[in-house]
Amino acid sequence: MIHFVLLVSRQGKVRLTKWYSPYTQKERSKVIRELSGVILNRGPKLCNFVEWRGYKVVYKRYASLYFCMCIDAEDNELEVLEIIHHYVEILDRYFGSVCELDLIFHFHKAYYILDELLIAGELQESSKKTVARIISAQDQMVEAAKEEAGSISYIIAQTT
Amino acid sequence: MTGMRGLSVFISDIRNCQNKEAERLRVDKELGNIRTCFKNEKVLTPYKKKKYVWKMLYIHMLGYDVDFGHMEAVSLISAPKYPEKQVGYIVTSCLLNENHDFLKLAINTVRNDIIGRNETFQCLALTLVGNIGGRDFAESLAPDVQKLLISSSCRPLVRKKAALCLLRLFRKNPDAINVDGWADRMTQLLDERDLGVLTSSTSLLVALVSNNHEAYSSCLPKCVKILERLARNQDVPQEYTYYGIPSPWLQVKAMRALQYFPTIEDPSTRKSLFEVLQRILMGTDVVKNVNKNNASHAVLFEALSLVIHLDAEKEMMSQCVALLGKFISVREPNIRYLGLENMTRMLMVTDVQDVIKKHQSQIITSLKDPDISIRRRALDLLYGMCDVSNAKDIVEELLQYLSTAEFSMREELSLKAAILAEKFAPDLSWYVDVILQLIDKAGDFVSDDIWFRVVQFVTNNEDLQPYAASKAREYLDKIAIHETMVKVSAYILGEYGHLLARQPGCSASELFSILHEKLPTVSTPTIPILLSTYAKLLMHTQPRDPELEKKVWAVFKKYESCIDVEIQQRAVEYFELSKKGAAFMDVLAEMPKFPERQSSLIKKAEVVEDTADQSAIKLRAQQQPSNALVLADPQPVSGAPPPLKIPSEPQSVARTISQPNGTSSNIDPQAPSPDLLSDLLGPLAIEAPPGVVSTEQHGPTGTEGVPDEVDGSAIVPVGEQTNNVEVIGNIAERFHALCLKDSGVLYEDPYIQIGIKAEWRGHHGRLVLFLGNKSTNPLTSVQALILPPAHLKLELSPVPDTIPPRAQVQSPLEVMNIRPSRDVAVLDFSYKLGTIVVGAKLRIPAVLNKFLQPLQLTSEEFFPQWRALSGPPLKLQEVVRGVRPLALPEMANLFNSFRVTICPGLDPNPNNLVASTTFYSETTGAMLCLARIETDPADRTQLRMTVGSGDPTLTFELKEFIKEQLIAIPMGSRALVPAAAAPPPPVAQPPSPAALADDPGAMLAGLL
Repeated sequence: MIHFVLLVSRQGKVRLTKWYSPYTQKERSKVIRELSGVILNRGPKLCNFVEWRGYKVVYKRYASLYFCMCIDAEDNELEVLEIIHHYVEILDRYFGSVCELDLIFHFHKAYYILDELLIAGELQESSKKTVARIISAQDQMVEAAKEEAGSISYIIAQTT
Repeated sequence: MTGMRGLSVFISDIRNCQNKEAERLRVDKELGNIRTCFKNEKVLTPYKKKKYVWKMLYIHMLGYDVDFGHMEAVSLISAPKYPEKQVGYIVTSCLLNENHDFLKLAINTVRNDIIGRNETFQCLALTLVGNIGGRDFAESLAPDVQKLLISSSCRPLVRKKAALCLLRLFRKNPDAINVDGWADRMTQLLDERDLGVLTSSTSLLVALVSNNHEAYSSCLPKCVKILERLARNQDVPQEYTYYGIPSPWLQVKAMRALQYFPTIEDPSTRKSLFEVLQRILMGTDVVKNVNKNNASHAVLFEALSLVIHLDAEKEMMSQCVALLGKFISVREPNIRYLGLENMTRMLMVTDVQDVIKKHQSQIITSLKDPDISIRRRALDLLYGMCDVSNAKDIVEELLQYLSTAEFSMREELSLKAAILAEKFAPDLSWYVDVILQLIDKAGDFVSDDIWFRVVQFVTNNEDLQPYAASKAREYLDKIAIHETMVKVSAYILGEYGHLLARQPGCSASELFSILHEKLPTVSTPTIPILLSTYAKLLMHTQPRDPELEKKVWAVFKKYESCIDVEIQQRAVEYFELSKKGAAFMDVLAEMPKFPERQSSLIKKAEVVEDTADQSAIKLRAQQQPSNALVLADPQPVSGAPPPLKIPSEPQSVARTISQPNGTSSNIDPQAPSPDLLSDLLGPLAIEAPPGVVSTEQHGPTGTEGVPDEVDGSAIVPVGEQTNNVEVIGNIAERFHALCLKDSGVLYEDPYIQIGIKAEWRGHHGRLVLFLGNKSTNPLTSVQALILPPAHLKLELSPVPDTIPPRAQVQSPLEVMNIRPSRDVAVLDFSYKLGTIVVGAKLRIPAVLNKFLQPLQLTSEEFFPQWRALSGPPLKLQEVVRGVRPLALPEMANLFNSFRVTICPGLDPNPNNLVASTTFYSETTGAMLCLARIETDPADRTQLRMTVGSGDPTLTFELKEFIKEQLIAIPMGSRALVPAAAAPPPPVAQPPSPAALADDPGAMLAGLL
């Protein structure tokens, strides 16, 4: 299973963290510190796997961002590497050629999308189309609620 | 986030901070602001609440502690509107983990959303529970989630989430889902047409079968069906192909599930599966597109694992080896890494070692790769594939690599090189060369055990002594040498320097001056060794050399008042002794041979903390020993007359020897401490009288009843091998498998197969040995003798002297357990076939866990008992490191497999396991045993274990037993089913003594 997902920039700034195994806040900080040290210092053209504390971390760099997933040592590394790519493709499709800034200012979207991709550290959906459909349905629901909130009848209902 | 301007402004502010300090100030300000708002404003608008909790999540992500406002985040979950609810769910699942108390407050709301009619709410709730649900959730929600998963009215959107949510709950509490009829439901679920639901359900299945494959055997053919459907690309919607490959993830999962079944019995299912596997093995090409390549190779590597697991027919296996050989030579680093990793797994398969050896030079190239991940895999593979035939090349490569390796790898590397050198040395001088080079190149990483061991070999092999002495002398010419080198060369030259006396630069006074040059550079513990060496040099100088005497005495004088008591004592005593003439000669005579003992290095290898799961180090420790490197005297020294007489006068000296580490030891001159240090470094050699074996090394139980040979080394002397047939399978592996099951093959060679079948009741056991003659000639002079450990009463019915061709004879063996012990009974077995004499000593799987009865306790039963055991010696605790990382359910399976029953739900911490069992023996009767394992989710290579019972010996033995199981789990096969273990390499020798470091039975067997 995937124990956690980590997005870190080349400068070591954390852009997203998602923990599927129980880690305390202190452990989370320690893991991030340790792993950024290991992964950011790896040169190009090396393999995408790092052995770390009895686990394996599968990572891939996209422009200035490193996407990392920590898995059990006996898990299938390449499968997870392609889960990362699958996630990036979905982000790309949603934002329209996604860049780091999109993920900084719309970090909540990155979380929504990840939740449609992984649950319990396992792949939930391998169809990009299906994920895109679900996310846009969610967006519509939020929009609809906002319109409703802006309507006069809603304001009246709130004050009375 | 349109409209949530406050949040965007905050993020911009953070981005504009020049340094960490400015960022911290900005964050603190924001946290203060949020805290005030939460406190003061009675009714926050949903908009504001949302904005604030998003900010909290952002701050949390930056790594700051957000220790308030959890309540607000959780309260959003119960908001009636989707936008608020969504934020509440997502922020809660990121901020909190399963152990937070706030989560308990939300259980009811979450449950209402799950059983409610609103599909989007169901999805949110299932996602939260799937990601952070703990035990409480498992207990209250599992039935509801199961209903959703199999409901025909739910859309796939909900059902796939329910499947993974259930997987999470199962991991937290396996009992919550193990209900009657669930296996049938699972089987039906695998017929699902929607690939999203099917993918999730297959993940769930993998977890379920890893726990109990028997219950889900009806799912096996379904997995093969799924693979067939995908491999033939039948009925796979376009959106579920990934770069043209029908869902690679689902293919991988289906193959993973199949690896938990020990075998596939149904011939037609097996045939279909092999067709699919064949197609994958042959049809995967390297293409330009990276993602397509990765995806197809993810499938290919999983197929390889499955083939290895199924131990397929030879042809397919050789295809696999050929593929791996190709992979380890490609430039693409991922494929090369995985090639090396899987080749190491492949080492467990019979008959492929020789093919793997052909790739040796290629693997060595990877040892020089710029990528540490690849180097680690190469090192492990080389270590695993090393044997007598290639040890020289491999060890020399490792030595070369040592000079350039990064510090984090040097210790592991030196240990591995030392072990391989010891196990597989083609000749002894080479072994000495290797260890000296090791000390020279990486002295800081060479533990004391390593140089102690080389001294033992030199002492016990006369032929080696002049060589070792001249080598040691050579190293002293180097300008800067490591302190360990000073120690080892001082020791060797003190003992054997006189053998070089005729060579230039090697006279006693020359040796003294070159050694004495090093003295100012060394630390306190080394000085006593140098002093002993000086005394020995003096003693060996005949006739006396007044010049040298003067110099050495000056040194002794100087240290007479040294603050270090060890140095002082030696200086004073040597000074006095050196004036005594003949007595001096006696006291400082050459060290006697060491009693043989198991290599402490190999022991160490078993506990070495290794980061990599596939590390071959444990595999290696279980393999057969080399017969190349032997202590010259295979007999226990106790049989020989003591080479030294202790004159009455210096006996006081003998009594007060201190150990060089500064602690004073009370060595009884009649029984030398088994401690290596004192053996090696004590200035006086005192021989033990025959038959006296100190037990202090062997833990509380001692080794009563075990003949004193157990103290001897397990290293096998060359040429003394009666066993000149090729043993089929690995004896140690077979033994381990039989420790966990009750019938199977104990031993097999081309002429005979010995099977075993056992029944256990309380402290009694009845085993039947089946001796089957495989050949067309009779086996004669058949002898079977039981060497029982003290704690077992064994009675073997006589075995006939001759076994006719192709016949099988049975021989019952009655076992009675008298008291708890991990010692093992050994079957000394031999026969003749024509002129060939074959003999083997085989451990009999009448081990501790056979006298356990599974027992599951409730918390009302468990805790009073647990509390009643107050502490040592009835309750023992130990932190165990170097544990093979196991997921918690797997560890639970392991415990159950040796009849220590896991009691789920008793420990509030989900990372802990609590277990109970009953032990039966004649002296203890039926006795309750309790255990608790606390794992560390951040580092699964360590855990803390507490074991308790009403009997101190039992507690200790059980604790050690569990420890052995956790550390030395046979590897290479994923399933924990013993039968599924891949067949081990053929060995021509008895089981390795290293397999169980503290197991005298194993050593006995090794002594053959």
